[in-house]
Amino acid sequence: MAERTHIRIASGQGFWGDDLEAPVRQVEGGAIDYLVMDYLAEVTMSIMQKQRARDPAAGYARDFIPLMERILPACVERGIRVVTNAGGVNPGGCAAALVEVGRRVGLGGRARVGRVEGDDILDRLDALLEEGHDLAHMETGEPLRAVRDRVESANVYLGAAPIVEALQGGADVVVTGRSTDTALTYAPMIHEFGWGPDDHDRLAAGVVAGHINECGAQSTGGNCLIDWWTLPFMEEVGFPIIEADPDGTFVVTKHRGTGGRVTRGTVSEQIVYEMGDPSEYITPDVVADFTSIRLEDEGPDRVRVRGIRGGPRTDFLKVSIAYADGWKATGTLTYAWPDAAAKAQAAAKVLRARLDRLGLEFDAVRTELVGWDSTHGSLVGPPPADLPEVQLRVGVRGRDRAAVERFTREIAPLVLTGPPSVTGFAGGRPRVQQIMAYWPALIRREAVEPHLTVHVSEV
Amino acid sequence: MARIPLVHLAHARSGDKGDTANVGVIAYEPDHYPLLQEQLTPSAVKHHFGTMVRGPVERFELPNLHALNFLLHGALDGGGTVSLMNDAQGKVFSTALLRMEVEVPDAVAEAVRERGRIPPGWDPDHYGESRHD
Repeated sequence: MAERTHIRIASGQGFWGDDLEAPVRQVEGGAIDYLVMDYLAEVTMSIMQKQRARDPAAGYARDFIPLMERILPACVERGIRVVTNAGGVNPGGCAAALVEVGRRVGLGGRARVGRVEGDDILDRLDALLEEGHDLAHMETGEPLRAVRDRVESANVYLGAAPIVEALQGGADVVVTGRSTDTALTYAPMIHEFGWGPDDHDRLAAGVVAGHINECGAQSTGGNCLIDWWTLPFMEEVGFPIIEADPDGTFVVTKHRGTGGRVTRGTVSEQIVYEMGDPSEYITPDVVADFTSIRLEDEGPDRVRVRGIRGGPRTDFLKVSIAYADGWKATGTLTYAWPDAAAKAQAAAKVLRARLDRLGLEFDAVRTELVGWDSTHGSLVGPPPADLPEVQLRVGVRGRDRAAVERFTREIAPLVLTGPPSVTGFAGGRPRVQQIMAYWPALIRREAVEPHLTVHVSEV
Repeated sequence: MARIPLVHLAHARSGDKGDTANVGVIAYEPDHYPLLQEQLTPSAVKHHFGTMVRGPVERFELPNLHALNFLLHGALDGGGTVSLMNDAQGKVFSTALLRMEVEVPDAVAEAVRERGRIPPGWDPDHYGESRHD
């Protein structure tokens, strides 16, 4: 294949639940070559496992299907290829639903969908433990056996290779499970520019581009603190577009006429988001050095990124494991002036005393005053007497589901049996939620990579 | 010298990794980056947060971006889905750090007096109306 010299990779979703119109704006608002959409967060996989347990056809980001029904004909028409991890724990089910979409919109076999499978190791977990992979917790070092019987999902973060394989197989839409967020953006670069596994600096540049794309509008003005009050037209905020060159430099921009802004400031905020040690940003394909990033303004809403260095990949892949770890619930009530905070604090004391008298035991009980200390905690000192209103927020967590259930029945009674001037309970009882705790682990590549499969079929 | 809150010198964004919150602090002016390097030491930041951060504070430097990245360990009540905090994912720890006071020359304090906050008389009814392209 002839290698292209310049490609435009547009971000369409930053998480499952993001602006549903954003991908449509990316397709309709100007020329792009790829549309990449990230749907998965750490907790998402366990939710999807539960959905698939109830319905074998479920377990992927359902919003993706009606979205594709809107944009797939235009994407095929204009040669825009879609790369997404919307497949969740069921890329096959997602791909099958896409075939249905193709039929409904009358594509008649003019498009191809690729699906990547093999990241899901839940069914292989016992065999892997048997073979000596202890999947120890990355921070505590505890072996997975400690929580094995409560594991709900286990997925390996995959790099770009299977996505590149699907693109080489002619896929117009590539659906994966737990691919890394950044791989969705740099896999097209590897495919188009022919980068090899030893092109560390260029791969690292791709990772930085992926990091800038992966949270949608967070790099183009969304959630940006810098001069936020001056941002134009946020109701149609432009999502980021990476204009990538084969040498590993790229420009961050957005479509003309969209809202938001692209500056060194907005891009810098996204670069530091969820950052650990910036000199070692570890991915399945390369270790990127974020301290090497250089940003230059290149006209309105254009920031050039260059100078990025990287080092060889490690022998390990990261595994995202979720396990059931008890129950929690959070209840709220609103107290009004005068002495709003004092009333809320007194109500919290009454509530705690009632929980004690009922003999309920929790691992944690937490009281916050929304409107005073729920975000800046002890930094704000005691609340002033003249707060117009404050919301009392009490949460509990523990192993005993019945105790958490009972807690949810102790909020409403405070309305008639506690301090006065209270309202805001119309939402009913708090919901009991099962806690899905996160267990990050490492696994050797060779235990996973031979099990990956890539299928490309007509839509 | 004058003591001013960091919000006038830097913008910031925060996120989470398990029970650790990260806060990236970016100097508005590259010239002020050395001030941040000198005063935002891990121990000063740990002291600022007090009981809000149970574990250690680590600091990393990104001089090209005139930015510092802090890892606040044990800040999120177990983090993610375990945490009972309103800010379980540490999304606004960034602004909590921007409350921290730093010591700057009087001329710097005067120059940045209006940086980082909405200008007087700003009207939310007109937010976003200056459409441009």
